[in-house]
Amino acid sequence: MTIQSTLVAADEQVRFYDFDEHDHPEGHSTMLGFWIYLMSDCLIFAILFACYAVLGGNLAAGPGPRDLFDLPLVALNTAMLLFSSITYGFAMLAMQQDRLRQTQFWLGVTGLFGAAFLAIELYEFQHLIHLGATPQRSAFLSAFFTLVGTHGLHVTFGIIWLTTLMVQLGRTGLIQANRRRLMCLSLFWHFLDVIWIGVFTFVYLMGMLR
Amino acid sequence: MSPNPDHAGHGHHAEEPHGSMRDYTIGFLLSVVLTAVPFWLVMERPLADGVTAVVILAFAAVQMVVHMVYFLHMNGKVEGGWTMMALLFTIIIVVIMLTGSLWVMYHLNHNMMPMPHDMSQMP
Repeated sequence: MTIQSTLVAADEQVRFYDFDEHDHPEGHSTMLGFWIYLMSDCLIFAILFACYAVLGGNLAAGPGPRDLFDLPLVALNTAMLLFSSITYGFAMLAMQQDRLRQTQFWLGVTGLFGAAFLAIELYEFQHLIHLGATPQRSAFLSAFFTLVGTHGLHVTFGIIWLTTLMVQLGRTGLIQANRRRLMCLSLFWHFLDVIWIGVFTFVYLMGMLR
Repeated sequence: MSPNPDHAGHGHHAEEPHGSMRDYTIGFLLSVVLTAVPFWLVMERPLADGVTAVVILAFAAVQMVVHMVYFLHMNGKVEGGWTMMALLFTIIIVVIMLTGSLWVMYHLNHNMMPMPHDMSQMP
């Protein structure tokens, strides 16, 4: 009786429940995962911005933003990062057209602009420390060095990553895995530029107005 | 089920965000303007300080959106909208954290009893 009714039911409508994991193409979720990593990185910077906002006025009778910041230098620094963003864009366009040499060329240019940015920032830090404005001088300077230094550290790792990718491109060319890596670094690089907009506006420009 | 274009062996991912030369050029030109104007405003001070502050913050917000759209190729369709959801969630958290920190610490500074600056004199 039960068997019969089951058979009848099976005749009417056949249903499949597929409990097996499907085959996912390699790296199909990398871009989303990397984006979520960037969002968590964004929270790190948000905390450092909040620290700077709270502590930025506590000078401990030490030098303030007006005494320390050199706006033309910051403008030059910003230009370096902006140029590196557009040249990375050119590298991505060359990648989309399967032009290996051109991709490597633009990646190299991007790396040079990134290195110039870092060199200017290190020069600025060295200048501040020479003036006695060290991170331990006041809460303002601690927050400043932590926020700007963390951004600089990200750029440093971005340059290391970029160099690694140039070597990998030289070895294996524009294979799918390398394209994916280039796209991740693209997100990372442009994301750092977005953070820098916050830094130069909030720290340097607002600091001069304070 | 739709055929997966990845199986053709061609290099592009189905949802790979494509930038174009036009996008990057527009984005770059907009960012140059949106960066240069705030620097000019602060260096030359043609406006009152309060107005300048509001204007440069507004320019920064617009420039961030420009970078998101033209360089990071954000839209509601990438990865089925999940990147946009993650971004919106992050923005909400960041806004709560920043405004909350400033609000609380500002009131804390106001309501605290005045304290001697040299803490070594405290018992």
